[in-house]
Formats: sequence, structure tokens, C-alpha cells
Amino acid sequence: MSHLLSPSIMQLVLPVLYAVVIVAVLPLLAGYIVLVERKVMADMQARLGPMRVGPHGLLQPIADAVKLLLKEDIIPDKADRLLFWLAPLVSVTMALLAYAALPIGPAFQIADLNIGLLFILAVSSLGIYGIVLGGWASNSHYSLLGALRSAAQLVSYETAAGLGLISALLLAGSLSMKDIVLAQYDQGIWFIFYVPIGFFIYMVGSIAETNRAPFDLPEAESELVAGYMTEYSGFRWSLYFLAEYANMIIVAGIATTLFLGGWLRPFASSHTALPGTSIELLDALPSLLVLGVALYCFYLAPKQPVKIQKLVMAMAGGLCLIIAGALAGALLAPPAVLQGIHGAFWFLAKVFAYIYFFLWFRFTFPRYRFDQLMRLGWRFLIPLALVNLIATATALLATREWGGSLFLYTILADAVTLAVAMFLAKNDEVDSIVPVADGE
Amino acid sequence: MTGPRIPELSNVSTTVLGADEIILNMGPQHPSTHGVLRVKLKLDGERVVDSECIIGYLHRGVEKIAEHRSYQQFAPYVDRMDYVAAVSNGLGYCEAAEKLLGTEAPIRARVVRTILTELQRIASHLLWLGTHALDIGALTPVFYCFREREEILKIFEKYCGARLTTHAFRIGGLQYETYDGFEQDVKRFCDDFARRIDEYETLLTENRIWVGRTKGVGILSAADAIALGVTGPVLRASGVKWDLRKAMPYAAYDQYKFEIPTRETGDTYDRYVVRMEEMRQSRLICLQAIENIPAGPIMARIGKVLKPPPGEVYHSIEAPKGELGYYIVSDGTTQPYRVRVRPPSFINLQAFDKMARGSLVADVVAIIGTIDIVLGEVDR
Amino acid sequence: MANDPSEKDPVSKPPASGAEEKPVAQKPAEPSQTASSADAPKSADVPAPKPPATTTPAAPKAAAPPPKEAPPKPLPLDNELVQKLKARFGDAIGETTLDRKQAIVTIGAEQLREISRYCRDEEKFDMLVDLTAVDWPKREKRFDVILILYSFAKNERVRLKAHAGETEPVPSVCEIWPAANWLERECYDMFGIVFEGHPGLKRILMPDEWQGYPLRKDYDILKQDTDWVRENLGIESAQ
Repeated sequence: MSHLLSPSIMQLVLPVLYAVVIVAVLPLLAGYIVLVERKVMADMQARLGPMRVGPHGLLQPIADAVKLLLKEDIIPDKADRLLFWLAPLVSVTMALLAYAALPIGPAFQIADLNIGLLFILAVSSLGIYGIVLGGWASNSHYSLLGALRSAAQLVSYETAAGLGLISALLLAGSLSMKDIVLAQYDQGIWFIFYVPIGFFIYMVGSIAETNRAPFDLPEAESELVAGYMTEYSGFRWSLYFLAEYANMIIVAGIATTLFLGGWLRPFASSHTALPGTSIELLDALPSLLVLGVALYCFYLAPKQPVKIQKLVMAMAGGLCLIIAGALAGALLAPPAVLQGIHGAFWFLAKVFAYIYFFLWFRFTFPRYRFDQLMRLGWRFLIPLALVNLIATATALLATREWGGSLFLYTILADAVTLAVAMFLAKNDEVDSIVPVADGE
Repeated sequence: MTGPRIPELSNVSTTVLGADEIILNMGPQHPSTHGVLRVKLKLDGERVVDSECIIGYLHRGVEKIAEHRSYQQFAPYVDRMDYVAAVSNGLGYCEAAEKLLGTEAPIRARVVRTILTELQRIASHLLWLGTHALDIGALTPVFYCFREREEILKIFEKYCGARLTTHAFRIGGLQYETYDGFEQDVKRFCDDFARRIDEYETLLTENRIWVGRTKGVGILSAADAIALGVTGPVLRASGVKWDLRKAMPYAAYDQYKFEIPTRETGDTYDRYVVRMEEMRQSRLICLQAIENIPAGPIMARIGKVLKPPPGEVYHSIEAPKGELGYYIVSDGTTQPYRVRVRPPSFINLQAFDKMARGSLVADVVAIIGTIDIVLGEVDR
Repeated sequence: MANDPSEKDPVSKPPASGAEEKPVAQKPAEPSQTASSADAPKSADVPAPKPPATTTPAAPKAAAPPPKEAPPKPLPLDNELVQKLKARFGDAIGETTLDRKQAIVTIGAEQLREISRYCRDEEKFDMLVDLTAVDWPKREKRFDVILILYSFAKNERVRLKAHAGETEPVPSVCEIWPAANWLERECYDMFGIVFEGHPGLKRILMPDEWQGYPLRKDYDILKQDTDWVRENLGIESAQ
């Protein structure tokens, strides 16, 4: 059997295995993120959200998927059939392809490219083709307008987001996603603490890149029906939808890797062990957190109004207990396994936290009008990103030349950038009122 | 993709789609036209060059029906015009008919009418706020607004049995006495409501995106507003401090102290601020009114068969949307000869073209929302 | 003489004893005094129920009988505004009435635009509140075109009433008050009154190709419906 586990075979088999896992799990995950979104939205809006399909709506994504798969495939009469078929495929393929370089754990990565970040950014940008082709192929005014707006928005904010990323990249010194995380391990601090403004810029840019509110004018129902997605229905639409949520996870993954320490646990570099063992204290965090969730489920269970809901809540609690047990059990496993499981846990936790912010912003802010959106991108975000970049580079240079703590230099850099940001924001306010030309 | 901001450029080039101007039809079915309103926009790129509102999809011939019903029989029909604020419609009609008859409702009836009408004003503005915010993209305030509106509709239901098309008032006064606990319910609502308005304001008033979407959008000057016959919060936001409740008081409004919020520029943001403040003032009127509802009869002695002497009368009230007027002509029989409803939404909607010219397509939705129209009233 | 609804009707005090008879007795005398408006002759009906006609002097002020008000009726009007209008336009001003404390000035349709302009500019009636029409089919000039004007400065309303025949065009006041645009279209749509000088007179509430003018008194919807059913469905309507 050993020749099966030999490194060369493993090098071929493992990536394929990971790819299969990701492609299989991702649609389900995207569906459940939609359910989470609907529940969070409902909670913020003082209502309950999906409750009927399955206990607490847990089977809602399955029901939606089944419905979409069984829907009639409608193609507009004058639509360009080839492009109509191709466009969602392009979107989804590019979205899924970007997962190749995403490091979910120290060993859980399909391909550790040495230009990993560049690869992901490039492939995500190709996804814009899917949108433009979709709008064009639909042969409809609304769709084309939506697609063009969307493309313009994506390109502009991609620039800003990329520039925001570079400031963290400077600190990491490598484009390989794995090395970026390891750099944060080596420096003992997540890069968000060095470049919080870079993180902010990237966050805003990524919201715009994924067409999420407040930048969702191209898909807003009250404006252009659904923009480039208007003419798509059934399975084709679900492909676009999948692409959008996959993109969300990708940008969350990039943010996590670059700014939030990837798969590292908080305080990854400090190794205080439990006395007498080699188990580190902080490694108990995952199981403690999940245990906390389990206890909360058990606390809520008796309070549910209906018996089946009590049961399901208790079962959810039980499930969390099992997960907590697994995470605790991993503490006793060999370090590779421990790192793998806990790494995946931390990565996913950070990704979900980032996505929670996406959801939160969607239901809090009104929508930007398109010209305001473009103005924000080009006249606020990009200049700010440039200033941030220069400031961070200066801080790095200062550390190298004069020694001293990088942290202190970056605080200075951030203060300067913040001042520039406030200046730019002030400017933007004055200009953003479009004078209404008197038509008479 | 942004439309040209310098006016002379708009004559120059063709748009991306290769045509000089597009006619965009926001058809009668559209999520943001608040009913069956059709708006034809002539666009140059993203800028609106011309617009035309096509109405009549909800025309039900209310004025014709009035000529074949007795005065009391027509009263439920008026609720269906501005169905969002049915109580005010009823107030206007009943007071107009009372004027035609030469009577007045007793003081107790007038005070209760005032309370219910002010609650209805709050409910109407809440619905406006929720839907307007939803059009602009804020997905959350609509749920909060409807939660408050639910409380008011519950009070209406307890009072007269209906939530939406209430037929709460009768010609000559009220049909129903206030129920036990009416004052407490209203007081509880009013006490809670101040905090709620603050909640909505936190979400919207200072929000950069909200301000960016509403400031400078759909400006209507005071002179234009008066020339176009616009009334209500739209007029007040344009700078004309005029409210029928103060200028020509009716019901019991002359007994209460309240302010008339006015703003200067007449853009969407100003109309938003005016309506928010109006909600606060309505709450104050309710609180003052329930302190002391005078005892007494609730119905004037006018008999069952109403035959006003021949003549005509025009009576108007400050409905949540503007000046709602009833012009009733009587020929001495039990059925009115002519009932004309002066619909505030219809006349305010005329100002849409003025407000929308020169603005961007994305603003059209905001402008339709800010005029606060109800198609039932526009079309009757 | 403004439309002031808060002003109490002067005859609202409870009558003194034995005066229950008076309002009833007064009525037959009054009709001969009032100037007739263009409406149908007033009915002799008593609009409000009389309290029991008792001649007992026992505490008539016990507030049990409701205050007897004289039933409202149109009275002739001759205030400052009317005088100025008459001075300026002479014959074009017809009768002026005060009905339910609201001023009505009947004018000739030909002078509508000039009178409107005068009202807006000199008399400061800067808002056109409403523009509508009433159909009196038995009259020779069957339509009453009504303009309700309001002055912010004086807080006063006035009603201009112009008589127009069925085929007679009425001058449009759109250039004086832009508010009249849709209001005149609605009048045209509902009554068939053509407004001369209107920038785009077409139907507004009814579909563009509708035949007939709904608010006219002789608009026989039943006949239209049965005709349509007969033509298009080939059956007799069961209405």
C-alpha cells in the first residue's frame, strides 16, 4: 500500500480530491449562505425568515435548488444562443477556478502556486466577462444597461481592492498564499493590525466587486429589474447566483488570508502549553467556542414554541457537541492533523465573520446611485489606496533603515492615511450633488 | 457611464446603444411606481430629457357613482380613493356634507375625529417612508415602519372594525363611541413612537448614502409649486409655510398647538425631513387631544334622510398627501348632483415632469416616491 | 367673506321660547328674496328635523332641543372683490353669490382668461386649487366650468363659474396656472369640454380611444354596454 501513499501519487491525488470536495461542497455551502443571509436579514428586520421548509427553514436551500433545477428553460427569442449558454458558464467557471489557490489549511490547498494571489485576482477578473456576455446575449435594454454598469463598477473597484491588497502584500513579501499566511505567523501579528485602512479599502472594494449592497444598483429590483440576470431563469440563473456567492467566499478568503491570518489561530506564534503536555492552551479555543454554541442551543431548546423545534434545537446542540468533541479530539492527534482540522476551522470562522459583515451592510445601507458609486471608487478609494500604499511602503523602509518597531511606523502611516481619507471624504461630499439642469 | 453633467455635451454624441435618445417605459407594472402608474421617460444616456405620466389605470368612476348614491351611501366609497389614508378621506367628505347641510358635528366627535385623523397621518407617512426607503435601497426601514403602522391599524380595528378602508366617520359625527381603553391605547402608542422615529432617523437622516441619494434630487421651487397647485408636504418642503390645519382650521385643530415644518430647497431630502417632523407633530396633537376628550353627543341631530338644500360647497382638509377637497353640488334631493374630489396626488403628480427633468434615471424612482402618490387617489 | 369654516353660523343660539315656530315660519318668506342662482329652484323641504313643536314655556333653554339654524341657502354677494371685478369687467361678471359662506362669481366663458389673469396678478389668487365642471343638461349652456382659486396672501378662496355650451370651446388657463394642464384634460375627458389653447388636450383617465364623455348626465353606460356586447359577443346582454 505504501506506494499508493508515495509523495508523487499523493501530489496528484490530493489536489484532485480537494478539488472534488470543493466543487461538491461549494453549491451546498452557497445555498446555506443564502439561508443564513435570509435569516440574518429577517432578524435585522424584526421577523423570522424561512421557517416552513424543514425546521427553522433548514431545508430551504434544498427546496430552492430542486425548484430551480426543475424550471422551464426559457431563452428569449432573439437572444444569441451560444453566448446565452456560455455566459453563466464563464462566470461560474472562473469563480470555481479561483478556489485552486485558496489556502483553507496548511495542507488543504489544491495548488500552492507561487503567484497564488495574482492567479486568484486574475481569474476573478475574468468572471466579469460572464456578466457582460450575459447582458449582451439577453438582447434586452435593461440587461445590457445592467451588464455594462456592472462591468464598469467591477473594473473600477477591482483596481481599488487590488491596491488595498498590495499594502498587505508588501508586508508579506510573497504572492504565494501559503507564504503570506506563514509571514503572518513569522511576524506574530495579523496584517490587519498593520494596515487597517488597507483592510477597509479591500473590504469596500470587495463588496462592490461582488455586486452586493450598497453597490448593487446593477441588480436592484426597483431599478432595472435584475440587470444582466433579468432574462435568465431556472438553472442558468442559479449558475449566476452560485458564481456570485462563490465570489463572495473567494473575496472573503483573500481577505482572511491577507489580513486576518488565514488559518492561524489568534496568537498563533505564542505557544503557551498546558503544563505537562504539549497541548497549547489557545488550541482549546475552537472546541470551547463550539461548546459555547452547543450550550446556547440547549439553552434555547426549551424556549421554542413547538415540539419539533425543541427537538431540532436540541439536535443542533448535539451536533455542535460532536463537532466540539472532534475539535478537542484533534488536540491529541498528530500535529499535521491538528493543524489541518483547526486550520480549516479558523479559516472558515474568519470567512464567515467577513461574510456576516457583507450581510449586515446589505440590510443597513441604502443603495448608491451609479454615478455616486463610480465617483466613490475613483475619487475616494483609489487615491486613498495609493496613499495607503505609499505610507505602508515608507513605514517598511523606515523599519529597515532605522530599525525599531514596524508596528509604530505603521501606526504613523495609518494616521497619515486617515487624515487623507477625511480630507477626500469632505471633498467628495461637496461634489456629489449633481446639479439638476433645468430642462425648460 | 455617468450622464454628461455639462449641459451642452448632451447634444453632441450618440449614446452607447447607437440611438440619440431612448424612450424608457416604466410600465404600469413596476416595483417602484407605487401602484399602476406608467411613466414614459425620454433618456439621453442616463439623463431624463422629457417625461410623461400616463394614468387612469385605476379609474373607477367614483365621481359618477356618487351621483347615484345617497350621501351616506357614498361615504364608504371615499375611503377607497386614498386607500392608504382612508380616515382622512372620510373626514373631508363628512365635513363637506355637513357644511352642505349647514350643521356641524358636536365637539366630542370633532376631537375624536382629530385624533383618528392624526393617527392616520402617521400611518400614511410611515408607509411612505418604508416604501420610499425601499426604492432607494434601504431594505430594513420598511419592516420597522410597518411594525408601527400595525399598532395604529389595531387601534382602528378596535374602533370601527376595519383596518384599511375604515369608514370611521359619519355625516354629522361618529357612529361609534370610543371603545374602553381607547385613550390608553393611543397614549401607549404615542409614548412609544418618539423613540421609533428616532430609530428611523438613525438609519437614514445622517447616512451619507441616503443624503447622497436624496439631496439635490427632484428640486421644486416654491414658485413652481404654487403655480402647479402642489400642496401638502411637497409644498412645505419647497418653502411655503402653509397648512390647512392652521390656515382654515377644521375639526378640532384650532384647539391644539403644533408646528408646521417647512424647509427651503424643495429637494427629496427636504420632503423627507418635513414628513418625519410631521409625524412628530401629529404625535403631539394626539397627546394633547387625548388629555381631554370632551363629553357629549357624538352625532348631530340631522335625521336619517339627508336632503341638503340646493347649493354647492367646497371643503378641503389637509390630508397626508396634500389638500384634499370635496366640491359637492346639491339639487335638493337625497343624492348629490355632483361630487368632485380634488385629489392631492393627481395634482402633485403633475409636478413630476418639472422635478424629473435633468435628473438621472436612478433618481426617477426616488422622485416618484417622494411625491407620495396613491394611484387610487390619482385615478379615482 | 372667505371660506372660513371655523366661523360659527350666526343663527346658532338656542331660540327663545316659542321661537320654534319662527324658523319654520321664516322659510316661506325667504325664497322670494334670494336671487336665483343658476341652479334648479330650491326645494321647499325642511332639511333639518324640527324639535317637537311645543308651546310650553317650560325651560326651552334646557339645551334639549338642538340649536335651530336657518338652513343654508345661497345669498347675493357684493363684496370688495366683486366690486373690483365688476368695475374692471362689467358685463362679463354675472351674478355673484355667497353659498354656505363661500364666494361664487359667475362669469362669461369668453372672458375667462382675462379674468383669470386679473385674479392672479392683481388680486393675488396665485393658486388654482381646482378646475372642474358640472353638467346641467336641461340648460341651454349645459356646462358650468368651475375654477376654485386661492390666495395665500389673503387666505381667501373664490370660485369662478363660467357657463359653456356643449360645442363651445372654453379658453384654457394653462399659461396662467400650469396646474390647469391635467385638470383641463380631465374636464375634457369626462365632459367633452374643449379647452382652446391647451398644449396637449387628450384624454387622461379614460383610454385614448374611448367614445363618450362619462360624467355627462346623458352618458348611457347601460346602452353602451349592451351595444358592445351585442357587437362583439353577438349575444344580448343580460343587464
